[in-house]
Amino acid sequence: MTDLCEVGMDDLWSVTTLLLQVWFSVMIGLIMIPAMFGLSLGVTSVYIQILVKILEWSTLRIQRGHRDRPTLPVPAPLPNGLIQREGGSMEHEMGELRRYRTQSISRGEFALSDSFYFYRKGLESIVDDQVTQRFSSEELVSWNLLTRTNHNFHYISLRLTVIWGLGVIIRYCVLFPLRITLAIIGLSWLVIGTSLVGFLPNRRVKNWLSELVHLMCYRICARGLSATIQYHNKNNKPQKGGICVANHTSPIDIVILANDGCYAMVGQSHSGLMGVIQRSMVRSCPHVWFERSEMRDRHAVTSRLRAHVAAKSNLPILIFPEGTCINNTSVMMFKKGSFEIGGTIYPVAIKYDPRFGDAFWNSAKYNMVSYLLRMMTSWAIVVNVWYLPPMTRQEGEDATKFANRVKSAIAHQGGLLDMAWDGSLKRDKVKEEFKEHQQKMYSSMVVGKKARTSQEPHTESTKR
Amino acid sequence: MGSRASSLLREEEIEEIKKETGFSHSQITRLYSRFTSLDKGENGTLGREDFQRIPELAINPLGDRIINAFFPEGEDQVNFRGFMRTLAHFRPIEDNEKNKDPTASEPLNSRINKLLFAFQLYDLDRDDKISRDELLQVLRMMVGVNISDEQLGSIADRTIQEADQNGDNSISFNEFIKVLEKVDVEQKMSIRFLH
Repeated sequence: MTDLCEVGMDDLWSVTTLLLQVWFSVMIGLIMIPAMFGLSLGVTSVYIQILVKILEWSTLRIQRGHRDRPTLPVPAPLPNGLIQREGGSMEHEMGELRRYRTQSISRGEFALSDSFYFYRKGLESIVDDQVTQRFSSEELVSWNLLTRTNHNFHYISLRLTVIWGLGVIIRYCVLFPLRITLAIIGLSWLVIGTSLVGFLPNRRVKNWLSELVHLMCYRICARGLSATIQYHNKNNKPQKGGICVANHTSPIDIVILANDGCYAMVGQSHSGLMGVIQRSMVRSCPHVWFERSEMRDRHAVTSRLRAHVAAKSNLPILIFPEGTCINNTSVMMFKKGSFEIGGTIYPVAIKYDPRFGDAFWNSAKYNMVSYLLRMMTSWAIVVNVWYLPPMTRQEGEDATKFANRVKSAIAHQGGLLDMAWDGSLKRDKVKEEFKEHQQKMYSSMVVGKKARTSQEPHTESTKR
Repeated sequence: MGSRASSLLREEEIEEIKKETGFSHSQITRLYSRFTSLDKGENGTLGREDFQRIPELAINPLGDRIINAFFPEGEDQVNFRGFMRTLAHFRPIEDNEKNKDPTASEPLNSRINKLLFAFQLYDLDRDDKISRDELLQVLRMMVGVNISDEQLGSIADRTIQEADQNGDNSISFNEFIKVLEKVDVEQKMSIRFLH
């Protein structure tokens, strides 16, 4: 009797594994093959629509839960920050502080109350500042049923928890294996395909094939993230011999942009898996990889990029001038190096929809592998890409001004905040010159419009 | 910027802070969220380097003095209570507080306490007098290298002359209050917190 049971169990087990394998391969085939040719079966859009409906329902349910139970004091996130800042300039504020004095402001003077301006500005920045919040994930208006974004949300109802649980199962057990497989297939095909193409001598066929291989691989990878990308203004797409410039949120930006066109990548040459991928990519079409030592020499970097751009048949270079990942709520300072190369700049604005997954890579908190794992267990990646009209440096405009002009255009199109702060503040200290600038401004108020002459009979040397 | 804020801050603590500082429940919860986001070491306290990481504060000429105000005598770490106590000085004065019972203890954000906060930022050695040296130190921080020692010295002398009433060549707290009696301290030393 037991033998029969065991045989039965074995049979059941092998049948189950067989079924799983068949189902798996069918899914992979169904996803991969249309992706390779840029077609879509429409499954992802249906999935997104269902998700949106579920998220809307859950938002309403949470709001109702809060109304029914007012003892749960969960404060709603404030999109404009914790405080309302006084907008006045230093001159205006100092003028107000000194209003009670009988001397006129143009004479200058120091007042004991001048320091109040700095105290208040300082405390305002302690409570809420514009910069540090850009280096952590955007706070959602309403929970999107992912544990990782669960900040202040308490238990509301059974149904919500059940849906959340189902979501966990679907994301980790169904979607995740599919996505990992697709990503592996995509990357291996990239390495194999580009290496194969590298053997071809002929120019035109080689270029065409290399573009095809690249596109296919990136499309498979995009499917591997359930990415839904909406491209706008395709007529402004970057042309050969140009420079494509975009705001940076995550390494996935490259996959997003390369789904719709071929770019020459710029970056540091790595070792290990990344190195293998980089070296094989270079075989089929020129990319620009720098050694670590070369990157420090700005002159060498600029001249290499310039040479690449000058050869008009080369693919457009893809550069992220912020230099680091920002959380997609603002655009931080563009480093002027990319804007000194010359050539036409094609700005691109990328905006992720945070409801479906947080695309921001907080490199201080997560390494690349755990970041990719988080990406693959999100709901989906929904992203809008806008191609902006090409820009060139105008007469008499220096690189910094040009960079700011491009930055404003991208920020405006993507609905992001345009900030002058440097993205490297994520890791580095702020430059002393900003403090010196404030000190200078204040000094001109103390000294007044006319030069002051000392009227004291003695001049004591002062200790600091 | 979010964190599991409400669960780590107990109700009793929130009530105590509310009584001591006058902030509302939601303001305290949000400020706790801000406190934890500044606390990179995740040990429940802030050190000086956590404040200096805020770029807007690092470029403030008086930034170091302001950071000092959070740390009690000789200590290097400030917990959430201390953080709130210092912030409370900048809470705006609400109308219903102005006519309170005068025998009740002074709230942290009263005009006198705001002025005391500012006074203590000048008076480093806590001897209840702003000496010429202490005034010069603050002046030097605010103007940087743009004004000569002599000019700065004469500005300091002039300021002390104006304020000093008892001839001890330094400014006491009462003299400080007198000089600034016409300044709208309630508005200038307040931050408008959103509910």
